[in-house]
Amino acid sequence: MSELMPVLLALTILIGGVAGAAVLTWFERRLLGVWQDRYGPNRLGPLGIGQVAADMIKLLFKDDWVPPFADRLVFIFAPTAIVVAMMMGFAVVPFAPDMMIIDVNIGLLFFLGMTSLAVYSVLLGGLASNNKYALLGGLRSAAQMVSYEVFMGLSLIGVVMMTGSFSLVDIVEAQTDVWFCFSQILGLIVFIIAGIAESHRLPFDLPEAEHELTAGFHTEYGGMKFAMFMLGEYLGLMLISCMIVTLFFGGWHGPMLIGEWLPPFFWFSFKVFVIICFFVLLRAAIPRPRYDQLMSLGWKVMLPITLVNILVTGAVLLWMEGVA
Amino acid sequence: MLSELRTMWEVLKHTFTKAETVQYPEEMPYLAPRYRGRIVLTRDPDGEERCVACNLCAAVCPVDCIALQKDTREDGTWYPEFFRINFSRCIMCGMCEEACPTYAIQLTPDFEMCEYDRQNMVYEKEHLLIDGVGKYPDYNFYRVSGMKTATKDKGEALNEARPIDTKSLLP
Repeated sequence: MSELMPVLLALTILIGGVAGAAVLTWFERRLLGVWQDRYGPNRLGPLGIGQVAADMIKLLFKDDWVPPFADRLVFIFAPTAIVVAMMMGFAVVPFAPDMMIIDVNIGLLFFLGMTSLAVYSVLLGGLASNNKYALLGGLRSAAQMVSYEVFMGLSLIGVVMMTGSFSLVDIVEAQTDVWFCFSQILGLIVFIIAGIAESHRLPFDLPEAEHELTAGFHTEYGGMKFAMFMLGEYLGLMLISCMIVTLFFGGWHGPMLIGEWLPPFFWFSFKVFVIICFFVLLRAAIPRPRYDQLMSLGWKVMLPITLVNILVTGAVLLWMEGVA
Repeated sequence: MLSELRTMWEVLKHTFTKAETVQYPEEMPYLAPRYRGRIVLTRDPDGEERCVACNLCAAVCPVDCIALQKDTREDGTWYPEFFRINFSRCIMCGMCEEACPTYAIQLTPDFEMCEYDRQNMVYEKEHLLIDGVGKYPDYNFYRVSGMKTATKDKGEALNEARPIDTKSLLP
């Protein structure tokens, strides 16, 4: 039985992840509607939740078409890469004290590695489509995701230094008293911004900027292959939200003053929900920057901030060690 | 940076504002009386057709969706033998209503005229004619126009002066 548990849990998370991403497509549209003074999909089923099934049926019955000028093998492989990479990322997320698939001592690095793998999906998708707009989208995503990966990794160094471990469980345990969102506020800001850029969501969706590049890297994709890209994007959104909660908002711990009178999984999912709402708010409020603005923001603002954060965190930790 | 945060706050405040959407099939939007929708042909207060088949509406129509043919009644008044509007072409611009000298053609606040068969979008006179007077309840063209009909001679219409005798020198 105990050998079966991780397998069952993995299956649950797999199905839960896909279902969550599907529901998220509907939820995001409804929430955007709230903030833009309209309703969003509200016709099918209670509150319009049936829209999820309708969209799914529609996408499933679309012609599974590969353009004759595309690189067939890579074209088909690209959308699966992002879903696989994001799903793998969920393996190390500690949902509750005993609810995680695996607790590795390099959990954080594993997560960073998996999000880096997702770049390949966008890149190969843009390249294999053999289409100008797709290629431009792929180029943009390569530059954007590779450079924001730098700050994404660096912004977490502060958390790792304070914990002294790469294990996500250790990081959550270290936040039992005080969450890292106070001491690592700079790291949090940089991680959120880098996370949006990494999951190429609005306002940083330049790889698929529809006003300039029709649909960017997935211009040639349709049907289920397109749906896989979308699934990967929403999985990425959930994964980033899970990581923000784990690393900066105390994971499964309840809020500091209120305490933990509810199950840990509830606190975790509630916090993830709030972060997802925040991401949707960003989408509703912030316009897309120009590409050079994105790049200069990254290298001229984000990189110095993270370096200063690492410097100050290290200095404070050394000073506290000296005092103690 | 500050403006981005302010924008986010302003958007967040919309959580508590009501949606502007009108849930159309269940909830009808308000259409003003002068809304430009389905075209009708009205009658004068006596119940006669107002249209005098002058062809101005057909001439002014930018998409050429109006077709009609003039005919003369026994009392000398004009009327359209047939009057046809192809609503699959009509753009509801209202220029026919502006051009009409007799207030016969009028646009109404009704837009629900979908059909499965395009042929059904072609409205003949029997479909266009209504029993009412539309937006101008008291107007009757033949009572104010100087045209001679069986019931009145030139100069006998309302507010009309006697015709001038151009052959005479007297005032």
